[in-house]
Amino acid sequence: MKRLLSAAVLGLVLLGTAQAAIDTYEFADEAERQRYRSLIEELRCPKCQNQNIADSDAPIAMDLRAQVYRMLEEGQSNEQIIDFLVSRYGDFVLYKPPVTARTLLLWYGPAGLLLGGFVLLGVVVLRRRGKKSAGPSGLSADEQQRLAALLSQRSTNQTPQDKNDR
Amino acid sequence: MKRLILLLPLAIFLGVALFLYRGLFLDPSELPSALIGKPFPAFSLPAVEGDKTISQADLKGQPALVNVWATWCVACRVEHPVLNQLAQQGVTIHGVNYKDDNAAAQKWLVEFHDPYQLNIDDARGSLGLDLGVYGAPETFLIDRDGIIRHKFVGVIDERVWREQLAPLYQELVDEVSP
Repeated sequence: MKRLLSAAVLGLVLLGTAQAAIDTYEFADEAERQRYRSLIEELRCPKCQNQNIADSDAPIAMDLRAQVYRMLEEGQSNEQIIDFLVSRYGDFVLYKPPVTARTLLLWYGPAGLLLGGFVLLGVVVLRRRGKKSAGPSGLSADEQQRLAALLSQRSTNQTPQDKNDR
Repeated sequence: MKRLILLLPLAIFLGVALFLYRGLFLDPSELPSALIGKPFPAFSLPAVEGDKTISQADLKGQPALVNVWATWCVACRVEHPVLNQLAQQGVTIHGVNYKDDNAAAQKWLVEFHDPYQLNIDDARGSLGLDLGVYGAPETFLIDRDGIIRHKFVGVIDERVWREQLAPLYQELVDEVSP
């Protein structure tokens, strides 16, 4: 039973990988194939929005892969190919959008939040430390003095009767 | 000061809530076109019917809708009667027959009536690619100089026309004859 289950799971996993689109393009060398691969992996499919064009089976993704291949064959640079697609489909096709005023928050927002968190943490820790230096009881020097005064007052007033009350 | 800090979580919550609430009404499948304000891409393609060749220069002269359609596109069938109606009202509509079989397209036009003044046969999808088309139907609004002014993705129904496209089209018409 266990074996059957693991076989089924493995089968499903393999199914997932087999779903990625397969085209039969021929490349001059391995470097070019790598370039093609990295390009189609960082370009986003406009139709099926949370996939790159490498993984998508949509007709438009197929067309875009063909276009990328064609432009690679023509000897165009990665920038030229990306510019070509951005001028038609907008920044949307990039999984790595350029840093502009509009995308600043997107790029640096998380780092900013993290930094803010650390600053907050630092402030809290420093404050606690500041309090601790006042004394192990957490009282300020002033309070410490008042406490000592109260205690000494009490010990002088203490009578046997008090003891019985307790 | 202390009180203000106590209000901070509420302020952050309200900010996030507002942001997310707005998100409820955005359609992420609708992409802004990268071509707004740019001239209609250059092309030279045959017409769907007859052996005329059409180029971008032919689209100039009056504001028009350029409708990307295909016989394999189910939603286009829904949209077609609305386009017929608009054509009857005198709206200029051009067609881009996107990655389609020419015989099927001709049959479609006979069967369902032909609202298009010019109908471009983009069998290989090259014009579609230049237009940033990623499905059909898509409709572009161009002005008299052939500049793309608006793009609508999806089916044009009467409500879409009335509320979104008609005012824009009217604006372009008014630009022509002040």
